[in-house]
Amino acid sequence: MAALVKYSRALVTFSKNPASLSLLRAGCPRFCSGDVMSASVHDRIEEKRRAALLGGGQRRIDAQHKKGKLTARERVDLLVDPGTFVEYDMFAEHRCSDFGMEKDENKFPGDGVVTGHGRIHGRPVYLFSQDFTVFGGSLSSVHAGKICKIMDQAMLTGVPVIGLNDSGGARIQEGVESLAGYADIFQRNVEASGMVPQISLIMGPCAGGAVYSPALTDFTFMVKDTSYLFITGPDVVKSVTREEVTQEELGGAKTHTTLSGVAHRAFENDIDALLRLREFYNFLPLSNRDPAPIRPTEDPADRLCPVLDHLVPLDSHKPYNMLDVIQALIDEEDFFEIMPKYAKNIVVGFARMNGRTVGIVGNQPKVASGCLDINASVKGARFVRFCDAFNIPLITFVDVPGFLPGTSQEFNGIIRHGAKLLYAYSEATVPKITVITRKAYGGAYDVMASKHVKADINYAWPTAEVAVMGAKGAVSIIFRGDQDQAKKEAEYVEKFANPFPAAIRGFVDDILEPRMTRQRICRDLDLLSTKKESRPWKKHANLPL
Amino acid sequence: MASYRFNLVKRVPQFSSSLYRIARRCCSIYTTPVDTNEPTFDKILIANRGEIACRVMQTCKRMGIKTVAIFSEADRHALHAQMADEAMYVGPAPSNQSYLVMDRIMDIIRKTGAQAVHPGYGFLSENKEFAKKLADEGVAFIGPPSGAIQAMGDKIESKLLAKDAKVNVIPGFDGVVKDADEAVQIANDIGYPVMIKASAGGGGKGMRIAWNDQEARDGFRLSSQEAASSFGDDRLLIEKFIDNPRHIEMQVLADSHGNALYLNERECSIQRRNQKVVEEAPSIFLDPDTRRAMGEQAVALARAVDYTSAGTVEFLVDSQKNFYFLEMNTRLQVEHPITECITGVDIVQQMIRVAKGHELTIKQSDIPIRGWAVECRVYAEDPYKSFGLPSIGWLSRYQEPTHLPKVRCDSGIQEGSEISMYYDPMISKLVTYGDNREEALQNMCRALDNYVIRGVTHNIPLLQEIIAHPRFVSGDINTKFLYEEYPDGFQGRQLSDAEQKEVAAMAACIYLRDQVRAGAFKNENRMPLQPVNPAAWDITAIVQGQEMPATVTENKDNFTVTIDGQTLTVNKDWSIAAAVLDATINGQQNTFQCISRKGDEIKLQYKGTVFKVEVLPKKATDYSHLMPEKPKVEASGEVRSPMAGSLVSISVQPGQDVAIGQEVCVIEAMKMQNSLTADRSGKVKAVHFETGTNVSEDDLILELE
Repeated sequence: MAALVKYSRALVTFSKNPASLSLLRAGCPRFCSGDVMSASVHDRIEEKRRAALLGGGQRRIDAQHKKGKLTARERVDLLVDPGTFVEYDMFAEHRCSDFGMEKDENKFPGDGVVTGHGRIHGRPVYLFSQDFTVFGGSLSSVHAGKICKIMDQAMLTGVPVIGLNDSGGARIQEGVESLAGYADIFQRNVEASGMVPQISLIMGPCAGGAVYSPALTDFTFMVKDTSYLFITGPDVVKSVTREEVTQEELGGAKTHTTLSGVAHRAFENDIDALLRLREFYNFLPLSNRDPAPIRPTEDPADRLCPVLDHLVPLDSHKPYNMLDVIQALIDEEDFFEIMPKYAKNIVVGFARMNGRTVGIVGNQPKVASGCLDINASVKGARFVRFCDAFNIPLITFVDVPGFLPGTSQEFNGIIRHGAKLLYAYSEATVPKITVITRKAYGGAYDVMASKHVKADINYAWPTAEVAVMGAKGAVSIIFRGDQDQAKKEAEYVEKFANPFPAAIRGFVDDILEPRMTRQRICRDLDLLSTKKESRPWKKHANLPL
Repeated sequence: MASYRFNLVKRVPQFSSSLYRIARRCCSIYTTPVDTNEPTFDKILIANRGEIACRVMQTCKRMGIKTVAIFSEADRHALHAQMADEAMYVGPAPSNQSYLVMDRIMDIIRKTGAQAVHPGYGFLSENKEFAKKLADEGVAFIGPPSGAIQAMGDKIESKLLAKDAKVNVIPGFDGVVKDADEAVQIANDIGYPVMIKASAGGGGKGMRIAWNDQEARDGFRLSSQEAASSFGDDRLLIEKFIDNPRHIEMQVLADSHGNALYLNERECSIQRRNQKVVEEAPSIFLDPDTRRAMGEQAVALARAVDYTSAGTVEFLVDSQKNFYFLEMNTRLQVEHPITECITGVDIVQQMIRVAKGHELTIKQSDIPIRGWAVECRVYAEDPYKSFGLPSIGWLSRYQEPTHLPKVRCDSGIQEGSEISMYYDPMISKLVTYGDNREEALQNMCRALDNYVIRGVTHNIPLLQEIIAHPRFVSGDINTKFLYEEYPDGFQGRQLSDAEQKEVAAMAACIYLRDQVRAGAFKNENRMPLQPVNPAAWDITAIVQGQEMPATVTENKDNFTVTIDGQTLTVNKDWSIAAAVLDATINGQQNTFQCISRKGDEIKLQYKGTVFKVEVLPKKATDYSHLMPEKPKVEASGEVRSPMAGSLVSISVQPGQDVAIGQEVCVIEAMKMQNSLTADRSGKVKAVHFETGTNVSEDDLILELE
């Protein structure tokens, strides 16, 4: 009952939408000559509109609510600023005539997806929200066409696209037409990639070919317990490989945020997800032609961070939390971490410095010593490329003992995957600022936004050690067979376990007291905001995949 | 290797500002001037760490004496090591390998040429062997002679000495009571009330309190029956019963020229597990006659053992103002600052002068009671668990409220310090004073509100509750106060309806400010021409599970929040990024601290306690009833290895209780040490590996019950 009351309230809000009313009024006189006609067309419009707002009908809406999910329209209502949503193609209906689909009771205006544009904290956004109450949100050619329409406009206007996915898959009754619809979306996902940010929020099932649209977008977020992503469901898995697995284990939020790395973050429920998405959206520029957004902050740009002075332990075997470093430096401790539970040996996410959005990458000494492995390299590389594509300056915190050794890493291609991070950093032309907090060993030093891969500014904290490897390993090679390894080790430490070897060669621009770091980075960002760097023309580069 | 790189910590100029702050913060209270013509030591070594080391150094600086600090591995960057003129490494973190190793300290004394040692409290402060070693080397010990340490260190001997010096001791009968008549006889000798207890007993069994002869008879009968049935032994003892006992102590000061005086009392009745939490000076309970009698007995005891330097005689005081000797502490007490505040005497200065052989320049008649002083011991501990279980952590943000008037804060830490498991978890001693008790308590309330501590769990919620408690404010306290007032343990502040609204209103204003700013891009030319934000925001604030629908409006000079038909006006001049928010709600000053702001969850500290407030737009609350309640994920109580490596250490054993977040073992992998912690509190059920063995990824190392 309560749900019903609430829904009808939502309905009222929508019909009160000033945009839709004015459309109605403007439309009437032009098309209708007689009073009878006028009344009947007017009624039909009203009736269709009402039907569209009800989606698959009250019974299905109740079922959706019972699953702990909001309806497609309720989701849109929460996501955009009040009164800003403008809907497209509310009257679109499928044209399928097989399997009894042509019957009136099988036609739903809108055809299972709500599309249009609105605003989030004042800035425009295009969005689509799949309606599970209509044919399980399945994708028809009309459904796909609606999504393609807003994506095309998004590219023309340079406005991001947010997809709220809740769909059982292809509309089987339509056959190949539905598949064509998917491909149309994929093609646009790829064309829009790097032009406007694309965000997918999985709020229900998303299976089969449908998964590739979120996979092509920049960010995929999930809702815990109510969303699933898989190529084939548990039943097919069982019949093919005889593995018994639940939906949740196979493709739930936990699986994809901790194991597979398919999703970038998971949220508690629909409301939490949509409100967090509003926050996340504020970090992003609208397109690749827009600068990283700047907004006011009450955190002073020249704030000293004495708390960092002794955070890095002198004993280089002792871990510390790189998140503590990040939280202390950024504006108001507001860090939106991407993939917080996957490849935790590297930390990536968005923050602001003096109000300006920055992308943060940091090795995490607390987890697996902060070494780079396959997952960490891929996680870092994808994030760096997103930032580069959208003019978001990169700040890198380096404490890396090297790439992770071992057969499993080598057999699985750490060379190929590690190259992705190196590639991404070398390719990036956004402002790149690097702070070496402690270890920067071996090839991993080169990779992590060193001066050699065209980082603009490299700083070393007094605790920094830039070297080919740790003292023990180095001494066992240089002084092989020497009896007094301990003494040689001490010699090596004296010589290399400090920032000087890098500083005297200009490989770091300055040795910085940790407390000064925020101040300096804020100044550097202002200076680098006019950075222009172009690379030779090419069709596209060839990232090692 | 790297850890031994520097043995001597050099002075770093950038710390001068914080050192200045420390040096400045308590000098103003002293009325004992420094006589620069009087000979004194050139260099003093402080054989201690933390706040007390810093405290002693301040006076040394005031007297122009050079200081030597000793520091352990864990204290390499500690404030006391930075503050000293010289800082010497003394050993690994555990105190039995550093601060307690006399030979190391003796080496450092020789190396640095320190002429005297101040031991602070704890560690070696009451160690007669250390005092003797120093004497053998001709180094002055800034404390009493070792004879006095020895005499007062022994419970029985000190009681006998006290008796001889005509100091009141708790009267009791040391033999076994034969019958009821004898019981009455003894009770009359001791004086009512008396406690009759089983000599074999404990834990309250077979224990009776008698206030007159009849009760003594009954008590004897019942107690012996109970003792016989419980312990199979009906022998009984009788001793004086101290009802509503208060813990009141006398600060004494004596020199080697036969002068001894008392600096009045400190009331330390607010305790938990026999540890003091809140102290004040003077005591609200003592009248001048009792004070004089206590003071004179304390001085008599000091004279009886040829005491020199500063010491403290502790008494139990019953509801009739009868006082009884407990013990004498032959060192500088933790709570000495409150005495300094009311008397103006720099006790450390006098200790140093006495150690140099000077005569006390002050007389008993010079000792005033100037106003009132209160001290709260701020600990890194969780007050919600048996009034305080130690916690550890890293102080990610730390601001002492010393910008407020009449506040003194003795600490040995600073922002970025680590509160480690190796030492006492005390963060600081927060002292406030005033012309009277009321003012001192008001200042304390404000100081606690403005004290910013982030990164470790601390006991400010409890302290704030105690000092505002009506019974405490009225002065009706005893050593069982906490257990009487919070029989089920401390639960945090219970908000009244009005307070709940204030918390909700403040959170709503923070939310609004954040939301308005979210749309205020500085470099965005695609904003709509019409205003983005509504004039009034409909939100719901959820405080302590209670949903409060509210309307928030931003006006030119303030915010107005309407909750439940009531309008609250909130000022605007606070910063969303600041730790402390000075808010004025309906004209009333309120201090909040914004602990964290994560999405719609705002954590506000209000009157000591932290409240979690959820602020949601109204429509989100409408929809939220559709969201399923999620079952709370139980912490597994398992500790698994996150990676392959070797177990360097296991710090717990089966059967041991562990707290959430406590380190249970350390794994070394990739030449790095990773500390693994318990994900919930509980008893250790089993440990599956031994120290030194290798573990693979995801191996179950340890389980909790």
